[in-house]
Amino acid sequence: MLADHLPALQVALPLLTAPLVILLRTGFLAWLVALLASLCSLGLAMLLTATVLETGTQHYAVGGWLPPMGIGLTVDGLSALVLLLITGASSLALAGGRLSLRKDIDNRRAPMFYGAWLISMAGLCGIAVAGDAFNVFVFMEISALATYVLIAGGRDRRALSAVFKYLIIGTIGATFYLIGVGFLYMMTGTLNFADIALRLDEVTETRPIVIAAGFITIGLALKAAIFPLHVWLPRAYTYAPNAATVFIAACSTKVVIYVLLRFNFEVFHGNLPGHTDLFGVFIIPLALAGIVLASAIAIFQTNLKTMLAFSSVAQIGYIALAAGLTSEAGLMAALLHMFNHALAKGTLFLCVVAFVLTSGSASMDSLRGIGKRMPWTMAAFLVAGLSLVGVPGTAGFISKWYLVVAVIGWDGWGAALVAAIVISSLMAVVYLWRFVELAYYSEPPGGEVVPMEVSRPLRCLIWFAALANIYFGLFPQLPLALARSGTETLLGGLF
Amino acid sequence: MPEYTLPLMLLLPLLGAIVIAFSGRWPNIREAVSLVTAVSLAILVFSWFPAISDGARPQITLSEPLPGLSLALSLEPLGMMFACIASFLWIINTIYSIGYMRGNREKNQTRFYVCFALAIAAAMGIALADNLFTLFLFYEILTLSTYPLVAHKGDAKTIASARIYLGVLLATSIGLLLPAIIWTYVIAGTTDFTVGGIIEGKLEGAAVGLLLGLFVFGIGKAAVMPMHRWLPAAMVAPTPVSALLHAVAVVKAGVFSVTKIIIYIFGVDFLFSQPSAQWLQYMAAFTIITASVVALYQTNLKRMLAYSTIAQLSYVIMATVILKPLAEIGAAVHIAAHAFGKITLFFAAGAIYTASHKTELWQLAGIGRRMPITMAAFTIGALSMIGVPPTAGFVSKWFILAGAFQAENYLAIFTIIASTALNAMYFLPIIYFAWLSPPATGVDMDHGEAPGAILLALSVTAGLTILFFFFNQPLLDLEGQLVESLPL
Repeated sequence: MLADHLPALQVALPLLTAPLVILLRTGFLAWLVALLASLCSLGLAMLLTATVLETGTQHYAVGGWLPPMGIGLTVDGLSALVLLLITGASSLALAGGRLSLRKDIDNRRAPMFYGAWLISMAGLCGIAVAGDAFNVFVFMEISALATYVLIAGGRDRRALSAVFKYLIIGTIGATFYLIGVGFLYMMTGTLNFADIALRLDEVTETRPIVIAAGFITIGLALKAAIFPLHVWLPRAYTYAPNAATVFIAACSTKVVIYVLLRFNFEVFHGNLPGHTDLFGVFIIPLALAGIVLASAIAIFQTNLKTMLAFSSVAQIGYIALAAGLTSEAGLMAALLHMFNHALAKGTLFLCVVAFVLTSGSASMDSLRGIGKRMPWTMAAFLVAGLSLVGVPGTAGFISKWYLVVAVIGWDGWGAALVAAIVISSLMAVVYLWRFVELAYYSEPPGGEVVPMEVSRPLRCLIWFAALANIYFGLFPQLPLALARSGTETLLGGLF
Repeated sequence: MPEYTLPLMLLLPLLGAIVIAFSGRWPNIREAVSLVTAVSLAILVFSWFPAISDGARPQITLSEPLPGLSLALSLEPLGMMFACIASFLWIINTIYSIGYMRGNREKNQTRFYVCFALAIAAAMGIALADNLFTLFLFYEILTLSTYPLVAHKGDAKTIASARIYLGVLLATSIGLLLPAIIWTYVIAGTTDFTVGGIIEGKLEGAAVGLLLGLFVFGIGKAAVMPMHRWLPAAMVAPTPVSALLHAVAVVKAGVFSVTKIIIYIFGVDFLFSQPSAQWLQYMAAFTIITASVVALYQTNLKRMLAYSTIAQLSYVIMATVILKPLAEIGAAVHIAAHAFGKITLFFAAGAIYTASHKTELWQLAGIGRRMPITMAAFTIGALSMIGVPPTAGFVSKWFILAGAFQAENYLAIFTIIASTALNAMYFLPIIYFAWLSPPATGVDMDHGEAPGAILLALSVTAGLTILFFFFNQPLLDLEGQLVESLPL
């Protein structure tokens, strides 16, 4: 039955549609097919999520070859959460980015661009469903290479230097990861996650394993843009085509964090004494520094996209901090925040798409008075911004609540961590409000207020996303269920 | 009354806001919608009054985002009173706003009425909150929805002041109130407002005082020093907004929240037994005296009124932390009494501004002959602030003093007496000069009274300030239920 092949289809569908898209002649057709493929993937992800929530983890053996010999795909609550993020972000970005992409991408190159988009999505989905360390690497490279194309695909030449930086750092990260996986394979003779976890017991605390854990953690931290390994992110987000930024900002770093969590909890946690503490000691200070410093840097940005990018670095810090606590509440917070931040940041960048469509640039100067010219879009921006700050009634509040509850329970330093979270939330208010004041209370360039809203479908889409931020703030049952199931998988039989 | 009418109290002003937003092109319809919404909300709120007085406690849960953390509404005596004040004064304030906004030809009036309705919806949410989470949600919405009102003028100076307003309120609520709520949730497992409190037995020693501090300073709207800076800053707003801030919703939401948290989260008995919670009455006394002294030195009418409000708010806080039944009643009644008195004073200040564009105290000499109705109302409001019978202010002061004697709390007694003297010192000269002295040299006195809508509004509130002295029994009965379970 087709339903049994859902995990494989999740990757195969976009991967096989990609060459088809490249063959199409016009940008519009390519966009349409890419959007359809993306929506179908979203449908698949939803089906898969429903199945996982109903019947538990799905295992799939590619070609009928059972793991550990064959390639195994595994979909549990955690993967389902990530799949929803990837396909949802891609659909949102494609649907909302039609006009913006037509402006940004050369029509002759458009089919290739959309092909790369689908390949990138296929790669990200592949990471989420892969059940073994090596296939994760393969999919990571597939998605990374395609993402470089997405970022550099626009007309802005500055994207080239940004993407070169990303390429170098991304490759170093992937190499580190591969070295770690190599060591693991050397010592255990297997690549399957579950199998490694099983066999790690026999060789635990040997030097290669400890080194492997170090390489994997740092390699993935590089790709996840955990402070101070984030240097590639702000420029890449800023100079990428606006619609591509929606997609990349919402999910690409989160998928890497997903792998990081998988490795550290499913594989090392419990098999490697002392690893959990070491992981916390490594990641919590970095996360804290990221939360506070990146928020501070965001305050001084003059470009809206760069500001949001630095805000992303800070938000990744929240996720890393929550994960570094290595408690049940902490993991819940981390997974929830992955979902909620993707929602908020996706909406914000979608608003940026609309802003740039009408005013031509994302620099704060050219966006003065935008609240008067585009009241609907700006109001949606405000809603998503409040979710980013963590105002109650929005999705952001739910994860921040979990985060603070988890942090308070952490021995000794709880109060200091709460202070850091509070300070950075306040800094988020400052950088958000800087833009809000600019948008509502300063005169537009040229002095005249000309209403210039974007087309109605795009406005509806933006508001759909903004309302989702509120909906998941009041009725967060779905992300909660997925995060809980993900936490259970990650912590395995430990609790 | 069925329970589903509780969320209706929030939906009604919300719906009003939407209709107002879409009728912006026709000012008459827009303002009619505002009035109709206000009146129907007040009818809805007041129709609950008898049932609550009889001891009904309706409760409804709207959603439960997290286990033990729900969006729930309920009505109890304190919230009933706040809802009544806010919904009733909204009607009068709308009438006043129509006169003021038209009289001064303000811009962006649609935004003004929309945000006003949103602020009232948020105030209703605060009044009806069944737990700290719901309270916090609407507390933040109230802050955000009043920001455009404070920044109404939109020039650089106004924006800078509005930034202080938003900055102080958001920083205190996110920085102190939210951690306090989460702390409460972690130790008590719930944030529901419960008769007798939920903290007892969960927290001991200095931690109680610390938690109380997080709550009191976290609720910046209560303006306990040093968290009071936003209130004078917000004086840049149009006068109806000042009235909203000082009487209808915002500061009332602050002291209401503090009172509700002390009664329903800490529990009066428990807090009375905790020496570490004593600091709050010193802080309240300090705020009362300091703010009164600062008010004495103000030369701008609205700024003086702002500092008077800061002092009056700490009356409520101090009355609450006397932690005796009569004082708790006094705290609740003072919320109402101060609302009537202060809204009258602000309406009068706005009337003077609309008619003559006077804002400074020295310009007011002799104005009583030009604007007798306005100044008569101002006089009544000022007397109520001092606490002279027959005004509303006397009733609450009586109960607070009685409670202070009950507790043999000499700090409170001394503070009230001293501040009464200070109040008299800054209000009586204004009244004297306004009525009896000739105009200052160089001040034009070529104006008459303010527009009719303004006069109507301030006459009603001045009348209520007097009437409250004679007919306060229903409110006393209602608030008496707060302390039924307490030992005298």
